[in-house]
Amino acid sequence: MIRITPNPLDPGEVTELVRKPSNGAVVTFLGTTRDLFEGRDVDHLEYEAYQPMAENMLQQIVEEIREQWSIEDVAIAHRVGRVDVGEISLVVAIGSPHRKEALEASAYMIDRIKTIVPIWKKEVFQGGEVWVGSQSGEAVPPPSA
Amino acid sequence: MRVAVRFFAMYRERAGVSHTEVDLPDGASPAQLLAHLRSEYPSLPSEAPVLIAVNSEYVSDEAVLQDGDEVAFIPPVSGGER
Repeated sequence: MIRITPNPLDPGEVTELVRKPSNGAVVTFLGTTRDLFEGRDVDHLEYEAYQPMAENMLQQIVEEIREQWSIEDVAIAHRVGRVDVGEISLVVAIGSPHRKEALEASAYMIDRIKTIVPIWKKEVFQGGEVWVGSQSGEAVPPPSA
Repeated sequence: MRVAVRFFAMYRERAGVSHTEVDLPDGASPAQLLAHLRSEYPSLPSEAPVLIAVNSEYVSDEAVLQDGDEVAFIPPVSGGER
């Protein structure tokens, strides 16, 4: 399941999608909105997605995980629009027969999401706002799909 | 030929629009398109890194564009390591 939505995310619902008797391990990762960004108090975040492409890229990562770890059970929900401090912006749930694969695939998935999926985050704080990543020095090279 | 252009995040805010259409000579590349856009929208970041997607696939900035393509300029995505 891949979902990009402006609505609040329910980690329990996403997790249940990958729970089944053959999976002895389920790893759920939550990305939540932190209250400090470079020493400033964050008021809220705004996420913007290039939606069809973001869904395609998430699907590509799901395929990569299937090939690398033979994992079939992956569910991803990403929130867009305004997200207040403390709320959940990302849920990744991975189920596999054994824990090692689920933990590895979970870490891989989160890194890949932050590299190739066109979803942007703007931190809004008192007196300013900044697109995260927009001022870092390096572009990520296109994946060799 | 004519291509559709999508701007996101900082590029969208700097351009002041989320999309536009541009007429280009046949065989033009995304790099040529971006140069054209930077003259039309001088507020676009001139040095910040950007990736290019054509019809939702990442491509090189030397790719050959086709009539009707949707070209998206993709500044670095959301990060979160900090």
